[in-house]
Amino acid sequence: MANVPEDLHYSKDHEWVRVDGDQAIIGITDYAQNSLGDVVYVELPKPGESFAVNESFGSVESVKAVSEVFTPVAGAVVKTNESLADEPEKVNSDPYGDGWMIRVQMSNPGEVDSMLTAAEYEDFTKAETE
Amino acid sequence: MNRLTATAPNLKRTPLNSIHRQMGGRMVDFGGWDMPVQYPAGTIEEHLRTRNHSGLFDVSHMGEIDVRGSDAIPFVNRVTSNDVTKLVDGQAQYSALTTPRGTVVDDLLVYRLAADHLLLVVNAGTTEKDWAWITAQKRDDSVELNNVSKDYSQIAIQGPDALGILQLLTELPLAEIKYYHFTQGSVDGIPAIVSRTGYTGEDGFEVYAAPEHAEQLWNKMLDAGHFGDSTGIIPCGLAARNTLRLEAGMALYGNDIDETTNLLEANLGWICKLDKGDFVGRDALAKEKEAGITRRLVGFEVTDRGIARDHQNVVVDDKVVGQVTSGSPAPYLKKNIGFAYVPIELASVGQQLKIDVRGRLVDAQVIKTPFYKRAR
Repeated sequence: MANVPEDLHYSKDHEWVRVDGDQAIIGITDYAQNSLGDVVYVELPKPGESFAVNESFGSVESVKAVSEVFTPVAGAVVKTNESLADEPEKVNSDPYGDGWMIRVQMSNPGEVDSMLTAAEYEDFTKAETE
Repeated sequence: MNRLTATAPNLKRTPLNSIHRQMGGRMVDFGGWDMPVQYPAGTIEEHLRTRNHSGLFDVSHMGEIDVRGSDAIPFVNRVTSNDVTKLVDGQAQYSALTTPRGTVVDDLLVYRLAADHLLLVVNAGTTEKDWAWITAQKRDDSVELNNVSKDYSQIAIQGPDALGILQLLTELPLAEIKYYHFTQGSVDGIPAIVSRTGYTGEDGFEVYAAPEHAEQLWNKMLDAGHFGDSTGIIPCGLAARNTLRLEAGMALYGNDIDETTNLLEANLGWICKLDKGDFVGRDALAKEKEAGITRRLVGFEVTDRGIARDHQNVVVDDKVVGQVTSGSPAPYLKKNIGFAYVPIELASVGQQLKIDVRGRLVDAQVIKTPFYKRAR
């Protein structure tokens, strides 16, 4: 069973958001990394770039496929996880920790309230698998 | 992230379908077949295990066409490009079904079971098309054709340890079977064709048997190769099969070759025996050879950061000059590689190319193929 930490917010596109004040840390879920398989390349934006809600901010590539990743909340990129350039496999081994992707200054912190809770996301992935 | 799962109804299943599910295979729609793209070990480990030790592949989705009769050899010689008359009993040959234009209906293996009995092994997604194509070439009753795809399961055991593992299950002297030869006999008590062939660039065997015995053979091969450590055999999915064949420089039908590409530009002149007598596409290929090909399938390595993927454009001097036909990370070589068709003047080793990776131009260079060649 995929790991779904209680304290995070989730999107139907399989991103997670950890709220830190008015900033959001964004990555992809355990379910997503498991579905993708071995991550071999992660393309991330540059600090300072701004994204609207549900805009593509980069891509995650496994051996077989490319998947875009989307911002569940709008904002400007403060920092990216540069270590993924050399160790993209962190997305597989620690999707909620060392495999984080970007930190965003949220333009509307209320947006996280419309995201899924851990329980809702778990139900969503179950329905998608069936 | 994009949508992750797709469930398509009415997919065809191999006799190993429920085993793939039990073993945690991630199932995908592959040309209308419900097949495992990878198992829990993951594509990279499956790929490396096959290169370094051994891997097991279900390739039962491949099609088989049985050709019998006094004209079996001349008939197949007329519809394929390689020279079937060169085969002896127990020998197999890589070949192509060609169109009158010299392009490729499919690539295949031709097995000679006897002078009046050949078995054609064709790609899964093209089996129906090939069957229609071949039967349309039949002129009289001197050959009998049967689509026997449902009568065969096929398991590929590949890698340097494949022989030792398979030998535990059979009395057949496997070391005596030469590359691209086969023998018929018993494997774990099951009648089988054991062929020293594969699609990975490694030594190994492909074992054909009746579908009702597929589970037994699969499980016995896994048991025999289970060494209790990280050198044992593991089941491998289609993703590893693809990266292994790409590293080994082998063409994939539907990607690198199809009915728009001729054999010569695909570097398959070696299976194109223009002097063997008439065959479908011979005249077109002879003309093409004399005039000289205008484009060629080349191997390239991405020298920038980035991964080239199928269908991306190849750019030289700001002009689109071709397309990537297969592009992927190469897990053993630890490079990002691919095949692309480029104009012949840009096809030399060392030629600099750019690949349009979703709007970003990344540097690449034409390199020699096969990308990987095993030490013998």
